[in-house]
Amino acid sequence: MKRYIYINDDETSQDLYCANRLSNRKYTLMNFLPKNLWEQFSRFMNQYFLLIACLQLWSLITPVNPASTWGPLIFIFAVSATKEAWDDYNRYLSDKKANEKEVWVVKQGIKKLIQSQDIRVGNIVWLRENDEVPCDLVLIGTSDPQGVCYVETAALDGETDLKTRLIPAACMGMDFELLHKIKGVIECPGPDKDIRRFDGNLRLLPPFIDNDVCPLTIKNTILQSCYLRNTEWACGVAVYTGNETKLGMTRGIPEPKLTAVDAMIDKLTGAIFVFQIVVVIVLGTAGNVWKDTEARKQWYVLYPQEFPWYELLVIPLRFELLCSIMIPISIKVSLDLVKSLYAKFIDWDYEMIDPETDTPSHATNTAISEDLAQVEYILTDKTGTLTENRMIFRRCCIGGIFYGNETGDALKDVGLLNAITSGSPDVIRFLTVMAVCNTVIPAKSKAGAILYKAQSQDEEALVHAAAQLHMVLVNKNASILEIKFNGSVLQYEILETLEFTSDRKRMSVVVKDCHSGNISLLSKGADEAILPYAHAGQQTRTFVEAVEQYSQLGLRTLCLAWREVEEDEYQEWSLMFKEASSTLIDREWRIAEVCQRLEHDLKVLGVTAIEDRLQDGVPETIETLRKAGINFWMLTGDKQNTAIQIALSCNFISPEPKGQLLSIDGKTEDEVCRSLERVLLTMRITTSEPKDVAFVVDGWALEIALKHYRKAFTELAILSRTAICCRVTPSQKAQLVELLKSCDYRTLAIGDGGNDVRMIQKADIGVGISGREGLQAARAADYSIGKFRFLKRLILVHGRYSYNRTAFLSQYSFYKSLLICFIQIFFSFISGLSGTSLFNSVSLMAYNVFYTSIPVLVSTIDKDLSEGTVMQHPQILFYCQAGRLLNPSTFAGWFGRSLFHAIVAFVISIHVYAYEKSEMEEVSMVALSGCIWLQAFVVALETK
Amino acid sequence: MMNSNAASSSTANPDAAGSPDPPAPRRSSKRPKYSKFTQQELPACKPILTPKWVILTFLVVGIAFVPIGITSLLASRDVVEIVDRYETDCIPVANRTDKVAFIQSNASKTCTRQITVTKHMKRPVYVYYQLDNFYQNHRRYVKSRNDEQLKKRSKTSETSQCEPEDTTPDGKPIVPCGLIAWSLFNDTYTFSRNKRQLTVNKNGIAWKSDRDHKFGKEVFPSNFQNGTLIGGAHLDESIPLSKQEDLIVWMRTAALPTFRKLYGKIEVDLEENDIIDVILENNYNTYSFSGKKKLVLSTTSWLGGKNDFLGIAYLTVGGLCFFLALSFTIVYLVKPRRLGDPSYLSWNRNPGGH
Repeated sequence: MKRYIYINDDETSQDLYCANRLSNRKYTLMNFLPKNLWEQFSRFMNQYFLLIACLQLWSLITPVNPASTWGPLIFIFAVSATKEAWDDYNRYLSDKKANEKEVWVVKQGIKKLIQSQDIRVGNIVWLRENDEVPCDLVLIGTSDPQGVCYVETAALDGETDLKTRLIPAACMGMDFELLHKIKGVIECPGPDKDIRRFDGNLRLLPPFIDNDVCPLTIKNTILQSCYLRNTEWACGVAVYTGNETKLGMTRGIPEPKLTAVDAMIDKLTGAIFVFQIVVVIVLGTAGNVWKDTEARKQWYVLYPQEFPWYELLVIPLRFELLCSIMIPISIKVSLDLVKSLYAKFIDWDYEMIDPETDTPSHATNTAISEDLAQVEYILTDKTGTLTENRMIFRRCCIGGIFYGNETGDALKDVGLLNAITSGSPDVIRFLTVMAVCNTVIPAKSKAGAILYKAQSQDEEALVHAAAQLHMVLVNKNASILEIKFNGSVLQYEILETLEFTSDRKRMSVVVKDCHSGNISLLSKGADEAILPYAHAGQQTRTFVEAVEQYSQLGLRTLCLAWREVEEDEYQEWSLMFKEASSTLIDREWRIAEVCQRLEHDLKVLGVTAIEDRLQDGVPETIETLRKAGINFWMLTGDKQNTAIQIALSCNFISPEPKGQLLSIDGKTEDEVCRSLERVLLTMRITTSEPKDVAFVVDGWALEIALKHYRKAFTELAILSRTAICCRVTPSQKAQLVELLKSCDYRTLAIGDGGNDVRMIQKADIGVGISGREGLQAARAADYSIGKFRFLKRLILVHGRYSYNRTAFLSQYSFYKSLLICFIQIFFSFISGLSGTSLFNSVSLMAYNVFYTSIPVLVSTIDKDLSEGTVMQHPQILFYCQAGRLLNPSTFAGWFGRSLFHAIVAFVISIHVYAYEKSEMEEVSMVALSGCIWLQAFVVALETK
Repeated sequence: MMNSNAASSSTANPDAAGSPDPPAPRRSSKRPKYSKFTQQELPACKPILTPKWVILTFLVVGIAFVPIGITSLLASRDVVEIVDRYETDCIPVANRTDKVAFIQSNASKTCTRQITVTKHMKRPVYVYYQLDNFYQNHRRYVKSRNDEQLKKRSKTSETSQCEPEDTTPDGKPIVPCGLIAWSLFNDTYTFSRNKRQLTVNKNGIAWKSDRDHKFGKEVFPSNFQNGTLIGGAHLDESIPLSKQEDLIVWMRTAALPTFRKLYGKIEVDLEENDIIDVILENNYNTYSFSGKKKLVLSTTSWLGGKNDFLGIAYLTVGGLCFFLALSFTIVYLVKPRRLGDPSYLSWNRNPGGH
């Protein structure tokens, strides 16, 4: 669905699109009760309890006062409803605040202050510095003469650096007054949630001369919830408003995750339900038979001679009601309660506070703590997760000469410094590429120091390194770039930027030397994206070797290259590029194709090597968790060699004699297939040997393997405890998570960047590292932690305790209900199978609400083993992984226990007042106190 | 290294100064408050169940339980209990083929029994009647009463839950209503020893709390047993419910189909070999459901009536504890193992498998 937006036209587009009214509310005042009730009753448990409660209203069959079910039921409903209502009210308040915020909007040619909710598509919105953007705008004017403005997008994608936004070429140079009267049409796609993409066109209407279609990209937009920074004012045309903004579209309630424990509890509840039905049918039938044979003789019962049609159902229904307490009504609420407490424990934990930034860990999803203890696979990102993501320029190879190999730091290499002072052209050019070919924005701080704002850590490292080597990027002003080199200022005009994409794996800039007027193309990128395009005469052997050598040291490499471009060639290409940039369909692909036409015959200048240090405690953490039986997979976008080196240095895989690394590669289907089968064969043989076997696969082979040999790859995945997947895309990461999940493994995905978000959302548990690549991953994740090493504590301490406690609490809830229910059943055998309740309503309520639910809360702070012991012997986690504490057999144990306890309590209570002298009330009280003592004893015994 | 420091500090420093909300003050607030609870560091103690501890505990329990068991068993043995089953014997031989017809007829049902006292019985001697196969705990029965009506005069017409014995056919409320009251036991006993009447004290046989709080002093029976179907005993309409102790006792429903209810107390000692003549009115129909009727004379001990169960239970548990203590000791002596030996851990026993 395409949109045509008429700029500044108050009539046409008024009602076509929604107003800028935010609404995140789930309910309105009117529909709250019915909608909320409907939602609650769509759960099976609640339907069951409602049915029971309704049956209890029929006094003929109810064994106890209906209040004993209605009370808790209404209470539970009220609690959930109140929580929902409170959340919804808060959403309403925040919506209201956003909606009533006042903004300057041009209406009928006059700038007016109106409420944010009255903004319409096509309106021109004016913003001042530090204003929040109220809706998605296409920029048409800024205070900057070059048409640049800066925005902070932290609320949108979590990235804290400032981003530059440009006004479209067509609006360039328009003055303040003119902007009020501007008319035009913006053609753009319908609302979507891709915050990195906006493919539109702008055409200004006749009075405004320019008749050309002007392409619009995401660079020309400022999106809702961003902040305008370092720019006096800016104005833009509203294109998406209200809930149709990019942010509004991305918003949405994620699917609730169900933990293994929850699934097991549901299963057990089902089993108990079946058991209950069986009991009801057996006792009901027996009761009816007894009634017909025996009760008729019992004159004092005075059974009527004639009875209604439903008579046969009465006794079974009575038993159904008697047995309904088998399924504890409170289990869901109490589990929710303790789970949120576990989550709070994670938030509170002092040992999981990032010492550098003082950020505590946070559990966004409060419902899945116990799943942490049952993780079998951890899929981890490399950069920023295992490593610090703090890039430092370490070595380089310029024109075949290696710098920094001796000192380990190229910046101190005397040879390099000498080469700079002597003005070696290769070295100078190399440094120029480092300083120019990037998207870093230099900004002057008040103190006068230059600080760089970069989206890519690598670029920042390169620019810093260049600055240290006297090639200082001083200023970047729209298209003019200033560099200070040895006291002289060089100026370049940036003609085009060929942006980095994960497919192209390189970026280039076309610059014009303002001094000489020469145009040149400067490129940097991954080796396989640069070296094949080297011009025919150049030997790339040394560079290949350099890349090899560096990546074996675990360094990240980039190749730098350049070439001169003739004026004509540039002009010709520039037209094609413009056209490609303004296409609406497949724009990215078209641009990549056009870029390709310029990026060839490159002169490779050299290779840079950037170090990304491992985070503290990563090897130990991996080793500990490995001992706990957790398998690790590393999924990285990095090169194979770098990935393997990092893997080696962090205990991920063992070095040669002990470990074996099998690699799956190949470019064609056949090659991949053969390689896969070979690896699989080796894997099958070595499973019996105590050898660490891991496999390495790259993105390309993975693509083929997942597409054509899924079965073989799945088998491999099951056999292999360790895997390294390099050069994988975000969607492949997510696919791998899916693959492991489909084999019934519990997966945990941990990552820090935007490219990990999909895998984090797919996995059973997503953990985000609130790191330097912004908060995107941390926001999408269920848990966010500051450092990778906290994962150990998160799983071994919090996960394990939560699992143990939940396992105990859930089974205990069933135990105590079954205990009292069994006594009722036994009693029915001595009360003529007529469905008499031994206990009265008050006792039952007190038992459920007071005696049994409060003492057991102690177990939520119970620790069976000290934290130190668990950390020392991570093998203890095997127990949780295998679900040893909550499975049908442990449950059978609890079932047996309640049966045994019920027998003991029952026998004692009917005999303690010499059998014949027992009175109902006495027996009931004795049995009740017996139950209370027994369950208290169980709690005391089970809590350590 | 130096360079990296320089690089990072050059970014970090101005960064903090330049951004609109410096993170410094936010830091302190982000850090949660410390408490032992939030850090899960609450003090706790956990006894380690070492073999010695376990054996000792079992021994102590055994030592405590066995004497308790013995004393309670002795107390129970002290109690003298005489049971006389009479439901068949009190039907004339001629009528034994159709007992139900006899019991429902108007024939005289007086019957005499002789009881020999087997052992000296100290006063007070409690007189009980015991019914068998009588389901006072049947659901239809146990609920068929109205506690409000029994308590307050103003609630006389409150007869809910009492069906089918709630009102007379012409709509007058029955007080006390319900099946329980309607089926009140109506056999009577008179005792004599050596031709001299033994008085049976029928005061104070019901619970004091029942008399004072559950059955009203101003509530008098009315319309009781006036219907076509006569259940059990009639009540004197001039005596308030709180004084009708037989009714009060009867209305404390029994938990089991075999139950014993207090009939009265004989306030004199009975000597060994005393012959007691009982004249009983065998009115109550247990024949339709072949229930037994028994007359019980019993003394009490400090533990109450005759009840071997408690003593036996204590002895069993105590004995079991001794046995366990003994067997653990043997196991401990024969096959000692070091406490906390890691080689017993599952992953150490069979490496790899879990």
